[in-house]
Amino acid sequence: MTDAVDKATGRARPEFRNIHVTQIAGYRLPLAGIVSILHRISGALLFLVGLPFALYLFQQSLLSEISFDNYRAIVSHWFAKLVLLGLAWAYLHHLCAGIRYLFLDLDIGVDKAASRSSAAVVMAISLTLTFLVALKIFGVF
Amino acid sequence: MTTKRLIVGAHYGLRDWLAQRITAVVMALYTLVLLGWLFALPELTYGTWAGMFASTWMKVLSLLALVALVWHAWVGVRDIFMDYIKPAGLRLLLLTATIVVLVGYALWAVTILWSV
Repeated sequence: MTDAVDKATGRARPEFRNIHVTQIAGYRLPLAGIVSILHRISGALLFLVGLPFALYLFQQSLLSEISFDNYRAIVSHWFAKLVLLGLAWAYLHHLCAGIRYLFLDLDIGVDKAASRSSAAVVMAISLTLTFLVALKIFGVF
Repeated sequence: MTTKRLIVGAHYGLRDWLAQRITAVVMALYTLVLLGWLFALPELTYGTWAGMFASTWMKVLSLLALVALVWHAWVGVRDIFMDYIKPAGLRLLLLTATIVVLVGYALWAVTILWSV
């Protein structure tokens, strides 16, 4: 948002432009907007961290018995567990929000009330599943 | 000579939009297959894990999911750069780096899959 001067009153009036990535924190987004920007952030996270980390772990787990033990050692480190939990959230949010978009693309649930409740469902399911993954990663079950 | 000039490449946007959705469905289905197989394993050891990826059809399925992933990531990352990176030179640099990285990941994944 930038300010343009109103000719009649001389006061600055708000002018709305596309929201830039640096301005996101200053906006109060509706729930669907939060799901949307988290979909983008989780996607970027999966590309930047998830893909190389997953491929590295995949390689270690498959190469040999010795590298499999190495894989086990890496994923039992507390910091790797935190990273994996973050990536698990990113994957689950991206998946759940993505399924919601597929329905929206098919013209299902496009009105305001339905899209708000489906956004709430996405948040509820992805966070619940992330919580279950956290319990699994940190050895509760 | 025609009087109607083609200003933009018609349907290029639609093709990418559609590709992103089809690849998403492929990855979602692969996730289900992988989870189903993982839960079916009696225990997770090197033997059972590597055995799972030793079969040719699992290799092919994984490769299919990986191609879908790379294609999907390309469309998504390109969209992010188009939205936020305005200087043409910097955008070109980032897009080029993205292609190089994604092709590299795909080749890496092939070597991993065919190592068992």
